[in-house]
This record gives sequence, structure tokens and C-alpha cells, in this order.
Amino acid sequence: MSETPDEVLDASGMACPMPIIKTNKVMKSMQPGQVLELIATDPGAPSDVKAWTSRTGNTLVDSSHEGEKYIFHIRKAG
Amino acid sequence: MTEDTITAEKLGIIASHGSLDSAYMPLILATTAPALGMEAAIFFTFYGLEILKKDSYEHLKIAPVANPAMPIPIPNIVGVLPGMTALATHMMNDWISKAGIATIPELLDLALEEDVRLIACQMTMDMMGIDKDELIDGVEFGGAATYLGYISENAVTIAF
Repeated sequence: MSETPDEVLDASGMACPMPIIKTNKVMKSMQPGQVLELIATDPGAPSDVKAWTSRTGNTLVDSSHEGEKYIFHIRKAG
Repeated sequence: MTEDTITAEKLGIIASHGSLDSAYMPLILATTAPALGMEAAIFFTFYGLEILKKDSYEHLKIAPVANPAMPIPIPNIVGVLPGMTALATHMMNDWISKAGIATIPELLDLALEEDVRLIACQMTMDMMGIDKDELIDGVEFGGAATYLGYISENAVTIAF
């Protein structure tokens, strides 16, 4: 992703459901259209982030996987 | 799906068991629900009240007897020995901590912060001789009608 994220949340080491709960909390403080970079090591995160974005209407811009880390870019709905 | 299609869905959970593992399912689901735009309530009844007791919520235990699914199997004949419940609980707490899983006190705090309704079953409290002040702050008290009233409007329900 070429765009610089507006916020970064490092949820490394956190297990379900904390990455989603923290993501939701940070997202609430952001403006529509802004992008959050979420870093997680929970192997359930790809599925959970997808379910959460589809439920909340936020957009999963892209996701990648580097070693143990999953990196997601999520754009706030507006 | 856009934000305006989110309906006022609710999650209603019955928690009727008081072991450490049994405390996780209702609390994990109820604390996640608000992140998905859902309200949540947990109705604690029978042994589930243990999860709300001031003197036990931080020290919930694992039963090693009649639990063939323990990651390290403990034969029943061994599980009944003194100290085995403490050992199994210690092992489970160790796994919980190593896996980065939130503790039960942390999940209870989170639930209250997120306005998850923690409803203690008054009938079971009376039956088991549990006073209101034995339960953690933030709990509400009610009976079957309280829970049914909550779930009667567009709720999904789960019982543990």
C-alpha cells in the first residue's frame, strides 16, 4: 500500500477477541475515509477482520502476511 | 454491506457453568458483540453466578475429573487426588497467559465498559444463598422475564 495510514494499531501478541475490539475502538476515533493499519499475530485475524469489516461497512483495502504478522489496511466508512 | 443496513441486533447468552473454561465463551462473545454493532446481555444462572462473585471471579478453576479433553489428559482416578484441581487450573492459566488471552477480570471490566448487561439470576441467588453485595459492581438482578424481555426483540441467543 503506497498511502500512509492515518493510524497504526499494533495488536501483536493479542488473542481473540482483543484485536477486533481494539480495532473497533481506534476506528471510532477516526474520521470517515481515514485508513487504519492493523498489525496482528492472531492467526484468526484474517477471518475476523473480514467478518468485522463486512458487518461494520468499513473497507478492507488490503492485507498481507509477513512471517507471524498479518497487516491490514482498513478504510473507515463515510 | 453499508453502515445503514445494520439492524439493532442483540446477543443474549445464558451462562450456567462456573469453571474457568466455561467463563470464557460467554464473555468473549458478549464483549465482541458491540464491536460488530450488536448489544449484548449475559444471564448468569446456577453455577454461572460464580463468574460474578467478588471472591471467586479472579480464581475460577478447571475441573480435571470427567474432562477427557484436557490438553494433557488426566485420568479420573488421578484427577480426584488432592491438589489436582489446582494443578489443572495452574496449567490452564499458564496456557492462557502464554497465548496472550485476556483474563476473566479483564473481560468483565471490558464488558462493563461496553455496556454489556450482566444479569444475575435472582432466583438462583436466593436458592444458593448469595447476597447482592457478594457480586461485583455493575451487575443487575432479574429473572426469566428480564432475560426474555431482552431477547424478545431481534436477538440471537446462545446458552453455555
